Amino acid sequence: MNPIDTSRRAFLGRTAAFAGVALAPGVLLYEFAAAREAGQEASAAVRWGMLVDTTRCASGCTACVDACNAEHGVPKASRPTDAQWIRKVELKDLRTGAVRSAPVMCQHCAEPPCVDVCPTGASFKRADGIVLVDRHTCIGCRYCMMACPYKARSFVHEPTTGQKTDTPRGKGCVESCNLCVHRVDRGEKPACVDACSAAGHRAIVFGDLNDPSSEIALRVRSVATSQLRADLRTDNGVRYQGL
Amino acid sequence: MRVMAAGLLALALAGAAWAGSRAPVLDAPRGEKCVEDAATMRRSHMDFLRHQRDETVHRGIRGARHSLAGCIECHANAKDGAVLGSPSHFCQGCHAYAAVKLDCFECHASRTRAAQAGRQARSP
Repeated sequence: MNPIDTSRRAFLGRTAAFAGVALAPGVLLYEFAAAREAGQEASAAVRWGMLVDTTRCASGCTACVDACNAEHGVPKASRPTDAQWIRKVELKDLRTGAVRSAPVMCQHCAEPPCVDVCPTGASFKRADGIVLVDRHTCIGCRYCMMACPYKARSFVHEPTTGQKTDTPRGKGCVESCNLCVHRVDRGEKPACVDACSAAGHRAIVFGDLNDPSSEIALRVRSVATSQLRADLRTDNGVRYQGL
Repeated sequence: MRVMAAGLLALALAGAAWAGSRAPVLDAPRGEKCVEDAATMRRSHMDFLRHQRDETVHRGIRGARHSLAGCIECHANAKDGAVLGSPSHFCQGCHAYAAVKLDCFECHASRTRAAQAGRQARSP
């Protein structure tokens, strides 16, 4: 039996690393120059993600929630059964008294349990990592709501009015944060991110986790961040700093 | 016999007149030309939309030639910016005439973006 040719393997490794570096500026240009061109599909080279800095997120501020509701035509939730795409959660460490506030929404898992359990394929992950519900095929069984560890999904119980062009929503389907997919496809940031910046907190960073020079990639590389329920190994696209 | 024939003729004429008055008079489109010719659109718009929706939702392809939002922006009523609401509104008028259930708008917005934002779609 021939010994494994390690020199060849090392050469291939070096070549691949070099190719990666050489490619990075091109990838950067492609993503941030503008929106994806018409007719082009979402790229698997991209992994959209968000970083929530809980040290900057203000307790009591609901700018992100309000912006989300306005963007998607979701009425403000007043009952436990109302749809909720994003909500503010307050965490208090009883030993130290430290209080942290953070928005929680669909975590856009790389291994989404909602997709695993969906019997019709309505719950799916797009190539660029955005987890969506295709309402055309959703039968409203709510398996995904049971499977989601983050309670991110809601069922629409009643007929809807005042829908937005980019966010169709109707009775009998499950829905959740779609990472403002229509804005992202136009080259913009999700509504909550812009609202947080406009409110002066700048607590949410949005970007491509796969692009080593993006702000979010630099941040997650330089500071300690965590994924909610990382023990479930769903590899969330939404990360939290300071939890 | 003659009376009966006259009666039948009268009924037939009345029927023809009734059918004529029921042909929908729809809101005029804003644009000059549709994405396909009218006969093709009447026959196949649902197929175009069905194909396009999967391309957009699942593969993320935007800016397709056939889009429901595009239909609405062009065919909405001048005053309220909607395609539903009365027998002259574009989608509702024709679907009522053809007796085909229209369920797109149980989820999709039936008004133009301008109308949703509270602005008038265009000057009446």
